[in-house]
Amino acid sequence: MSENIGKIIGVNGNLLKVEFNKPVIQNEVAYACVGAGDLKLKAEVIRVRGTSAELQVFEDTVGLKVGDPVEFTGELLSVELGPGLLTQVFDGLQNPLPRLAEECGFFLQRGKYLDPLPRDVKWAFTPKLKAGDIVIAGDTIGTIPEGMFDHRVMVPFNLRGKWTVESVKPAGEYTVVEVVAVLKDDKGNTRECQIMQKWPVKMPIKAYAERLRPTESMATKLRTIDTFFPVAKGGTFCVPGPFGAGKTVLQQIMSRNAEVDIVIIAACGERAGEVVETLREFPELTDPRTGKSLMERTLIICNTSSMPVAAREASVYTGVTLAEYYRQMGLDVLLLADSTSRWAQALREMSGRLEEIPGEEAFPAYLESVIASFYERGGAVRLNNGEQGTVTIGGTVSPAGGNFEEPVTQATLKVVGAFHGLSRARSDARRYPAIDPLDSWSKYPSIVNEANVAEARKVLRNGAEVGQMMKVVGEEGTSIDDFVLYLKSEYIDATYLQQNAFDETDSSNSIERQEYVFGKLLKLMNTKMTFKDKDAARSFFQQLTQTCRDWNGSEFESDEFKKIEEQMTKALAEVSDYAE
Amino acid sequence: MQNKVYHRIEQITGNVIVVKAGDVIAGELAQVTSEQGVSLAQVIRLENENVFLQVFAGGRGIGTDAKVKFLGRTMQIPFSENLLGRVFTGSGEPRDKGPEIKENMIDIGGPSVNPAKRIIPRNMVRTGIPMIDVFNTLVESQKLPIFSVAGEPYNELLAQIALQAEVDVIILGGMGLKYDDYLFFRDKLDESGALSRTVMFVHTASDPTVECLLVPDVSLAVAEQYAQEDKRVLVLLTDMTNFADSMKEVAITMEQIPSNRGYPGDLYSQLAARYEKAVDFEGSGSITILAVTTMPGDDVTHPVPDNTGYITEGQFYLKNRRIEPFGSLSRLKQQVNDRTRDDHRAVMDTMIQLYASYKETLEKQSMGFRMSDWDSKLLKYGARFESTMMDITVNLPLEEALDAGWKILADCFEPAETGIKSTLTDKFWPKG
Repeated sequence: MSENIGKIIGVNGNLLKVEFNKPVIQNEVAYACVGAGDLKLKAEVIRVRGTSAELQVFEDTVGLKVGDPVEFTGELLSVELGPGLLTQVFDGLQNPLPRLAEECGFFLQRGKYLDPLPRDVKWAFTPKLKAGDIVIAGDTIGTIPEGMFDHRVMVPFNLRGKWTVESVKPAGEYTVVEVVAVLKDDKGNTRECQIMQKWPVKMPIKAYAERLRPTESMATKLRTIDTFFPVAKGGTFCVPGPFGAGKTVLQQIMSRNAEVDIVIIAACGERAGEVVETLREFPELTDPRTGKSLMERTLIICNTSSMPVAAREASVYTGVTLAEYYRQMGLDVLLLADSTSRWAQALREMSGRLEEIPGEEAFPAYLESVIASFYERGGAVRLNNGEQGTVTIGGTVSPAGGNFEEPVTQATLKVVGAFHGLSRARSDARRYPAIDPLDSWSKYPSIVNEANVAEARKVLRNGAEVGQMMKVVGEEGTSIDDFVLYLKSEYIDATYLQQNAFDETDSSNSIERQEYVFGKLLKLMNTKMTFKDKDAARSFFQQLTQTCRDWNGSEFESDEFKKIEEQMTKALAEVSDYAE
Repeated sequence: MQNKVYHRIEQITGNVIVVKAGDVIAGELAQVTSEQGVSLAQVIRLENENVFLQVFAGGRGIGTDAKVKFLGRTMQIPFSENLLGRVFTGSGEPRDKGPEIKENMIDIGGPSVNPAKRIIPRNMVRTGIPMIDVFNTLVESQKLPIFSVAGEPYNELLAQIALQAEVDVIILGGMGLKYDDYLFFRDKLDESGALSRTVMFVHTASDPTVECLLVPDVSLAVAEQYAQEDKRVLVLLTDMTNFADSMKEVAITMEQIPSNRGYPGDLYSQLAARYEKAVDFEGSGSITILAVTTMPGDDVTHPVPDNTGYITEGQFYLKNRRIEPFGSLSRLKQQVNDRTRDDHRAVMDTMIQLYASYKETLEKQSMGFRMSDWDSKLLKYGARFESTMMDITVNLPLEEALDAGWKILADCFEPAETGIKSTLTDKFWPKG
């Protein structure tokens, strides 16, 4: 099919050196034919020098030999955009994994590429345009019901200027490759629009009117995040942490609870087992917002650690491109990338094979700009029709040795709006989520009053200081007031910051509940208490913590909830200096 | 088809030789005949007509006129029931006195399992060691490293798990083992009769480096076959740090740019490719991996344990002859410990939290501070916990271990002091 055929002159791991005669394009896709046979391996041009190009192969290169042909396609690495994406599980190159499993069984098969969108499924298309309408890129041609959304078929994002609609197909059933509209520009060029369109993954989709500042909070139902370190819709955040600190569990909880329309999970070079949990559990779980299965709003890109390294890099771009596509429909999309460090390592591996001059820890010098341009693809936008859509990006970072002073964490911190740093000390003490309450930060507005949050933060900070001091001077060297302050900070930690991910009620707290409970907590913070000695203070707080844990486990505003609340108020009244 | 023999060796560096040859495929095996004997070698890089080969037996003694014969296939290993009870080298040669096995050759380092075909792990692997069963339950299809330092009894622990674990087949992969350790494993498994359900692939410290690189791949390829025959397989690897060091050696020889302390940039991917072989085949068997990773200088941020920690589903820390409760973690335990007994999770969480408080108290005590009532309770608790629960040489079923846990709690505390939900203390708190 392709006219442009090159010849392999070197194989080094997954890097090929290919000799070519006709022009090639940087980042163009090519296929290496094993033994000139039918087995073709997908590859991408990553460097051109003279008459030889270097290609990274997205598969194991065993079996290739010098002299084997390479077919250049002339197209950049792209994804297919259209109805049928949701609920799917793709690999980094948008291969549908469940359908691959049907064909190949337990194991992945090299060189097997399926159409991301099935060609035989018909979709119910309703046109929203008529002949003679003037349109620009991103305008809606028609809609197709997909699960709980009206999927918009849009004017191809790569069109420039104004186009006139020549013809539109009537309402009816069409496959994704059928042409539903024909457009014409003032120079007389015509363009046929299929339901599906292709978009190169490394380019942001820019068919919108303007970018907006992200201000509206995205509820995650995690108290620490929503109250202390919030994330806005259209914002970006990162979750660095050493292994075992709970990055992935945190992301799983977010993917379940976050109040957005669509969640895209890009499992990039991490454990396969973690994706499986999502895969097998989500269809069973209901989304409280819609009452439908959680899977209906979820899309998974899965390029786990044992899958080919080069496709790992592609997977985060595939994820963000799909997110941008749904944003164009006026939806709020959350992209969770786990983990961006694996992607950076994939860059490092390739950079090493290309024998580029290494930067810090052998990461390539362009690491920072690559990370920055990835996170910049998040954001809130006003579309051409005035609607708003957002892409929120959350990336985990797995710093070597849990040390945040490493290139990937540092490059990420520069470009994100919120930092949820996980600490080993907290996870060792089983204080989950292990988000460090003193080191983390967010530039987005909290769901509760900022002044109150600042007050709670002060208690946490001062309490921690007392705790540090007590290690040196001991309990007897600490005044009872300081000691109570310390107990209060521990109490906030135990009952508000810590959240039991495995308790059905405690694991997700609505905004209303957080506001209510935080109000109560604040009252307790401001209550002056008297105890006869430190042991009495300690046992009071121990008792109160246990009661509050029971409270956290009870349904909001239920009888049990009210009963326990009364108990706590009574207990508090007994030690407070003044009657309420 | 092509068994042409090449005579001219262009270059010899370390274990890598370069010959000029055509029609050679990436990953192909070759036979290198020199005065030192015959060795297998594998193609690791092609550059025009230059073919880079990694010689399994090492480069020492290879002459520039050595004969290189390409075999037209990649690395394979035999697979049959006859493997059980046998010991092989990394390249699949018998290490015991048994016959060579040549039947049913299978490829090693095959493709990875389609994530869509994986299932949520659901079965506990009982080991009879309370620090594992109660606090960090091992689950079928899990991959867990044992982080340790030289001098700790990690091989003893591995052997004990091999004896006590409830599985069908055990594959033991030894990398850079001291010869004594190899004999220890063989004798210990033989004495207890466990050898008949074990296959051993052993590379000892004095064997050629390249064979070390093959051990995890051959072990896991064989494990994969057993697992597809409906067997529950436990793969024990020791020591993965030696494997990583061999990789480093080869990478440096190949003049690759090192990333961190000399290790190649793809250390993570290489380790992951092996560990991710752990799987539970729906409707068939499973592979569980336990791998010792020694930490040079007891430093968990060293690249090998660090990268391993990001790949595996938790880790066991073996320190001072105990499995440390802090830092040790089985990520999959939540999948199974809600179905063992209702109090399992509460006992696990509470005992660890109290043990953490005990450690703080110890610190205070060592600085000479006055001990409060609460501190004295903690001190009593800590001592009981260490002597009863932390012993790794016992064989105690989970249920008995949980009962022992309640007993310790009741001896030291009032129910409210433990912070356990009242519904559980009502039911399980020992009476009287």
